[in-house]
Amino acid sequence: MTTAVRSSSVELRDIHVSFGTLEVLRGVDLRVESGKTTCIIGPSGSGKSTLLRCVNRLQEPDSGDLLLDGESVIKADPDALRQRVGMVFQHFNLFGHRSVLDNIVLPLRSVKKLSKEEASAIARARLSDVGLADKAPYRPSALSGGQQQRVAIARALAMDPEVMLFDEATSALDPELVKGVLNLMAGLASRGLTLIVVTHEMGFARSVADEVAFMDAGRIVEQGPPAQLFDEPESPRLQRFLSQVL
Amino acid sequence: MDDFVNTFLDWDYISQVLPDLLKTGLLNTLILSVSSALIGTVLGMVLAVMGLSTKWWLRWPARVYTDIFRGLPAILTILLIGQGLGTLARDVVGTNPYPMGILALSLIAAAYIGEIFRSGIQSVDKGQLEASRALGMSYTKSMLLVIIPQGVRRVLPALVNQFIALVKDSSLVYVLGLLSGQRELFRIGQDLAANTGNLSPLVAAGVFFLVITVPLTHLVNYIDKKLRTGRKVRADEPGDGDELDLVASGKVGS
Repeated sequence: MTTAVRSSSVELRDIHVSFGTLEVLRGVDLRVESGKTTCIIGPSGSGKSTLLRCVNRLQEPDSGDLLLDGESVIKADPDALRQRVGMVFQHFNLFGHRSVLDNIVLPLRSVKKLSKEEASAIARARLSDVGLADKAPYRPSALSGGQQQRVAIARALAMDPEVMLFDEATSALDPELVKGVLNLMAGLASRGLTLIVVTHEMGFARSVADEVAFMDAGRIVEQGPPAQLFDEPESPRLQRFLSQVL
Repeated sequence: MDDFVNTFLDWDYISQVLPDLLKTGLLNTLILSVSSALIGTVLGMVLAVMGLSTKWWLRWPARVYTDIFRGLPAILTILLIGQGLGTLARDVVGTNPYPMGILALSLIAAAYIGEIFRSGIQSVDKGQLEASRALGMSYTKSMLLVIIPQGVRRVLPALVNQFIALVKDSSLVYVLGLLSGQRELFRIGQDLAANTGNLSPLVAAGVFFLVITVPLTHLVNYIDKKLRTGRKVRADEPGDGDELDLVASGKVGS
């Protein structure tokens, strides 16, 4: 994993999202500098995942702006945006009808229009990056959860994204498999890729994140470097949250 | 016992009907059912995708179509289309009722197959579409390459069941009054049975139907078992399709 990465800054401005009468995001501002890692923490239902999904517009905000590398992409072609912003999901979402290798080859060919040979070469390289080169011919279902998630990360990385989003990427994993995935994510952070990570892994947030944002009830309540947030939380809500999870 | 044999298994009548069943009936039954299965599958996929659309003007026509063609007796639809369209569009289609029979069977099959596909596609986890969209694939590409292949696979047993029903329903085109060389299995058996007052020719026709349908039934069970146990597949070649894929995959965007 020595390739130089091209990463971009991300900025969300006054994002509002409602599901029916339920206001999920009530005006969220978030800026992530290029090459930095921001972890979003908070209780379930606080809007973390919805906010993350606004960054690649899987969730279209009702109002607000989204900037990638300083340029507004809220009205741009979402497919073009998503080529620049990779995403990893809680439940991996590997394509069950395709081999591990094909999971990576498929988007490279259909989106990036690469030839079969080019796509295979990239796919194999990304698989060996995550230590799973030998799993190429297998079905995703033949792999452990941790291995599946590493394939999902390889699949997203193969698209050469400038930003990576992680939506509770380790929440569905058995405890002994969590570490491998977290190490991989930390490796990406140290390579200078911009990461936005929704997580319940407070240890990861503390040691890897440049910034931590605490969300509650559709707002970012407190934000800052991990040491400040974890050691000197200001808001009572964050203090209460930390006392429950730490 | 003799009565039974004389009524159902009279070899004289059976040997009399056998050449026609083999040369004409089997061929026509296969042409009718295979062509309407193909057309019905294509139309059914279109209906399924329309039915899943977020746009009401795509969803509604698919809904109405399905309700009508599933709700009417097949024999009524075949008569209305076969005779009605045959009369209305004589200049275009000629007076030959045979293609009209195929059309009617296809339209009926499409309604059922459309519902089968729709339920299959709907059963695919939403995360699959999210993941493919998140990778930058368009809705159409995601459906073609990721969602539909997985959805279709799950409903293959139901699909083959529908093909079995289609083979049997193809006998209903007899109501259109086909020419002697266009008769399918049932009509050939029925003609000789009516002429002779003996049911043995119909029994012979029935055996031919079973020869087609019973292997299909076993194919259903076979596929069902495979899907249940999960194949330990090694896809050694990248882009290598699956033998079970009905939808061309990996062919888009190359």
